[in-house]
Amino acid sequence: MDTQLDTRRKSGERSALSRFLRGYTLQIGIVFVALLIWTFFAIGSPETFFSYNIYRAFMSTTPFFAIVALPMTLVVVTGEIDLSFTSIMSFGVLVFATVMTFTGNLWLAMVACLVAGFLAGLLNGYLIVAFGVPSLVVTIGTQFFWRGTVQVLTGGNGASLLATRDTFFYNLLVGRLFGLIPMQMVWTVVIAVLTWVFLNRHRFGAHVYLIGDNMESARLMGVNVAQRKMLVFAWVGIAAALAGLIASLEVTYYWPTLGEGYLLNTLSSVFLGGTSVFGGSGTVFGTFVASFIIGAINAGIVAVGLSGFWTQLIYGLIIVLSVILQTVIGKRFA
Amino acid sequence: MLRLVNVSKSFGEVKSLQNVNFEVWPGEVVGLLGDNGAGKSTLVKIITGYHQPDAGGEIYFHGRRVENLSVPAARKLGVETVYQEKALADKQSLWRNIFMGRELAGKFGFLDVRRMRRETEELMTSKMGFTSKAVTTDTPVRTLSGGERQGVAITRALYFQAQLIILDEPTMALSLSETRKVLEFVISIPKAGKSAIFIDHNIFHVYPVVDRIVVLDRGRIAGEFTKAEVTLDELIDRLYHVAKTGVLR
Repeated sequence: MDTQLDTRRKSGERSALSRFLRGYTLQIGIVFVALLIWTFFAIGSPETFFSYNIYRAFMSTTPFFAIVALPMTLVVVTGEIDLSFTSIMSFGVLVFATVMTFTGNLWLAMVACLVAGFLAGLLNGYLIVAFGVPSLVVTIGTQFFWRGTVQVLTGGNGASLLATRDTFFYNLLVGRLFGLIPMQMVWTVVIAVLTWVFLNRHRFGAHVYLIGDNMESARLMGVNVAQRKMLVFAWVGIAAALAGLIASLEVTYYWPTLGEGYLLNTLSSVFLGGTSVFGGSGTVFGTFVASFIIGAINAGIVAVGLSGFWTQLIYGLIIVLSVILQTVIGKRFA
Repeated sequence: MLRLVNVSKSFGEVKSLQNVNFEVWPGEVVGLLGDNGAGKSTLVKIITGYHQPDAGGEIYFHGRRVENLSVPAARKLGVETVYQEKALADKQSLWRNIFMGRELAGKFGFLDVRRMRRETEELMTSKMGFTSKAVTTDTPVRTLSGGERQGVAITRALYFQAQLIILDEPTMALSLSETRKVLEFVISIPKAGKSAIFIDHNIFHVYPVVDRIVVLDRGRIAGEFTKAEVTLDELIDRLYHVAKTGVLR
């Protein structure tokens, strides 16, 4: 009697476990990859990876692209892509620096910066839905456009943001919580949670998934495809402006070239995190973990004693292998 | 229930529909037949609010004229469509498909996931006949068979209290027994006091379950019959004739 109950309970547990594994394959996969890489680094350089400093470094620099990668996940889930955010980062901070110089009001400057990002993103979305031009092409164009705008307006000259230093505003965005945790990390977590809620527990996110999965059918079922798409691009625009602001405050200087070099980090975080380039599937959790994998590789490679020249080779290996793994697992468990 | 008067639709140079008059009575199942390109899909998409008819066309629901019909407006009037396979979002779970475009949500648009899961589960056992433990509310629909998927689409239409159900080639790519399930469902529609438009290439599927048959040809209504007027054999002969000559007799 008892054994019978036991087996039944066991098989119940097993099916619950297998359902869990099946439902969260990609999330489990990415955590597994992260642990594997961490183990490799920890063995290679225990003195670095068992000290807090390296993690503080990750938490201070990874948010620069993670903040964009999170909403970028939604863009990719709808089956689109945005390559222009690198220039929007710079354009947003140019607006910030200008308003700051003229008014001296940091909060007003930040609002202007975010509004600039929002409008630039909305423009991307508008061009894509109104003219039916593929987002890949539109955002290559707007990437040049915003970078060009910045270059024309600045003449290539940067601007000091030293006036922000040690203000409450500065400490709120890039200060150190309890002297230990970079505030940008706190904001990254806040944005990740908000993005998760909107993607998984809000009508907006439900529509994002439906559009990426079957746009025709979403439209037939009454989803406002054009409006939803414009909003996801606008969201990336805001995030890009915020990420640019945080990256600039961290060094208290605005470089017009700001954002260059973030393109591949950001996109590989999204894809490494298990978001399908075909649209319709992807998770915020995956992108979050993948951003930190990407952020850790650079420092990790140097710490274990390889030269910096190895970085890109290892990036390439990890990304290609993980994406192949995800595809194979995805087919097996589908 | 539904009346279209003088409805035309052109896409650039192409005239998909020309001066179509069409009606559906309460509790009636109308079979819509016609070759590829005859305008069946265009007609359906006008009724569902996806396309707007050209100027001069009129649409009436329950005797009242409706202008600028949109997809949400048509659904509010009780029009539900079961499209071919493409109606479902493959990678999404069963519950997300059932509530597609009509998610149950609170004031600020936050989803009531628990209620949607619970109601999906109820529909799965009571309507779709899923008994296997392997299929849950979170199962992605791409793992289901063609018939099961059509069952999901049909259940979705029923769940939302449809008045007029449009079935656009629902038996395409289905096995024999799955087709029978779909046809049984069509028969149950008028019994529930609802109307339906049934579109299919296969006249053997259409004839037994409909009350009236409308034949479309090259964007025009070529003719219509009540089932009492023609036998299946006569109907087939006439359809061949239409395909060749464009006229019914």
